[in-house]
Amino acid sequence: MKNTLYQKDIVSIKDLTRDQILTILKLAEKLKKKPASNLLNNKIIAHCFFEASTRTRLSFETATIKLGGKVIGFADPENISTKKGESLADTIQVINSYSDLIVIRHPKDGAARLAAEISDKPVINAGDGANQHPTQALLDLFTIQECQKKLAGINIALVGDLKYGRTVHSLVEACALFDIRFFLVAPESLTLPPQLWNLLKANNIKFSFHQSLDEIISKIDILYMTRLQRERLDKTEQQAQNSQHILVPALLTKAKANLKILHPLPRVDEIDPTIDKSPFAYYFQQAANAVWLRQALLTLLLNRSLS
Amino acid sequence: MSKTLSVSAINNGTVIDHIPAGQALRIIKLLKFSNYKNCVTIGLNLTSKGLGFKDLIKIEDRFLSAEEANEITLFAPLATINIIKNFEVIKKVTTELPKTISNIITCPNEKCITHSEPVASCFNVEQFAKHVMLICNYCEKRFDRDVYTNL
Repeated sequence: MKNTLYQKDIVSIKDLTRDQILTILKLAEKLKKKPASNLLNNKIIAHCFFEASTRTRLSFETATIKLGGKVIGFADPENISTKKGESLADTIQVINSYSDLIVIRHPKDGAARLAAEISDKPVINAGDGANQHPTQALLDLFTIQECQKKLAGINIALVGDLKYGRTVHSLVEACALFDIRFFLVAPESLTLPPQLWNLLKANNIKFSFHQSLDEIISKIDILYMTRLQRERLDKTEQQAQNSQHILVPALLTKAKANLKILHPLPRVDEIDPTIDKSPFAYYFQQAANAVWLRQALLTLLLNRSLS
Repeated sequence: MSKTLSVSAINNGTVIDHIPAGQALRIIKLLKFSNYKNCVTIGLNLTSKGLGFKDLIKIEDRFLSAEEANEITLFAPLATINIIKNFEVIKKVTTELPKTISNIITCPNEKCITHSEPVASCFNVEQFAKHVMLICNYCEKRFDRDVYTNL
């Protein structure tokens, strides 16, 4: 079968079809069951992190190295040429000539799209400002499918900062391609942007707004917690910190047996650490899945065909 | 009964009529008519049977391209655009919303990469019921056309 992801840019979930997403999830599952070691032989992946990253950067590096690829790039935005005044466009033009694929994280919205226009090698968006984080959304879908054995018919609660969390934006767009029902739990000033309501409506996806976790906990299969993006809040939104939802064990007494708690991490104080050992906690497995999912993505973008 | 024109007729050029009141100046800026050397006549808040009040623009010796005519629909979806020769309408231009708009308006999102890199702005145009939305090709933010107060 033709690999439609070969040499493709992954900037936004919108760049992917439902079938392409399922292809990525299927290969990630296969690689997790039977790890490979040579799918990226002789490939050089440039990791350009203009903004700090721990899990995303390290999981991309691990995924690349384990598949036989080499990593070049930078993780410290203080010591790169853009600090000397070089444009992003020039930086990408140069890195494009050194590598087979570029992974970029940048604090500005839309930086990854610009990089993809400049580079003739595939570009993966590892987070651009408050806009998109498509590979996190893919690994979230992979994890949901893994722990619930299905995607269609899932009830998912998104909790926390739904306005600035780029992970949430990408996840909502990805889930809109499947039959997933949303419960949106957030302070009023940090609720999901209206443009995403329109997307959900256009896809006939059911969603509702809630102020309390308690009123929905018995209905959901996935509880997706997020941290407040304090660095992106304006002064009026900072008041929302006082009404932040904190998950404590008592809130889980009415939970369904199959409930799993996910979190893109880093966690600050929105999940009580005592929950980590409960059967509901799945966020560390979710973080571990990043390697398999990113291996699948890199493999599909850099191999015309797979045996 | 004698009929009085609020805005004088033109010999040759383009008449853009049925512009919603308040949008004419945006269109003047959008198509850079203020830099045009020939006569441009603007009527603001003229009475209109259909719209209540409307704006109108007449441009002497200037004939709009199909692309320019389509860009007008962004701010005046029901505008009628007539080409005039020897005081007669010789063509009624049919318009449709443009699919994209490039390098005309800046992205209202201050955190968009287009504000810090040498790149032309680009928006995809979508219509939801009566709302015309512009979606930045880069930051993916959606804006109602009325957000563009800088025009």
